[in-house]
Amino acid sequence: MIKVNCFAHLKELAGGNHIHIDKKEMSVKELLEEVQRQYHIQTDSVLVAINEEYAFPDDQVTEYDTVALIPPVSGG
Amino acid sequence: MFSVTSEPLSIEEISNKVVRPEAGAVVTFTGTVREFTKGKRTLYLTYEAYATMAEKQLKRIGDEIKERWPDAVTAISHRTGTLGISDIAVVIAVSTPHRKDAYEANEYAIERIKQIVPIWKKEKWEDGEEWIGDQLEKSAGIPEKEEIR
Repeated sequence: MIKVNCFAHLKELAGGNHIHIDKKEMSVKELLEEVQRQYHIQTDSVLVAINEEYAFPDDQVTEYDTVALIPPVSGG
Repeated sequence: MFSVTSEPLSIEEISNKVVRPEAGAVVTFTGTVREFTKGKRTLYLTYEAYATMAEKQLKRIGDEIKERWPDAVTAISHRTGTLGISDIAVVIAVSTPHRKDAYEANEYAIERIKQIVPIWKKEKWEDGEEWIGDQLEKSAGIPEKEEIR
């Protein structure tokens, strides 16, 4: 089970601080597709962070990683 | 030198972090909450951060500045929580031996914050509220591949 942390409007769409994807390992691209399919969250402009670093679509995510969805940022 | 905090920011405290004998210039940028954006009145803002990652990304901006301006020393603090009009959201202090580098490096820092640091603001208006980043500033907030690693 991969636990995925959510922030900002994604937190509101997910209805909580995190969601779960029932897989042990998958690519970032697959993770985003699964989030979109299961939670109906539009992920076109969402990036994924693995262990607090930005990840690329082909990177692998496992259930032991700290995973987060990063929507477009608006700090400053 | 790089922090995300829910406490009010002190310009002087952050600026003092980069003061040193080698520096002939300290440029301090203060980002404050603006009341009107495109004619719409903001009542207050709420900033949310992925704090641990945000601090790492701020440090990374400090490293990037060091690569481009080797003599620069940078300190950045970003606030989270609910902020009223004119409250300070971010303070960036850069010191260098000569002023030109300090100005340039400071501007570089705020541009990078808006690209890669996982902090989000929610605008509260008289007639509603919205997380910014999922519409108006969408294109500005998505880091390009070469920008994130």
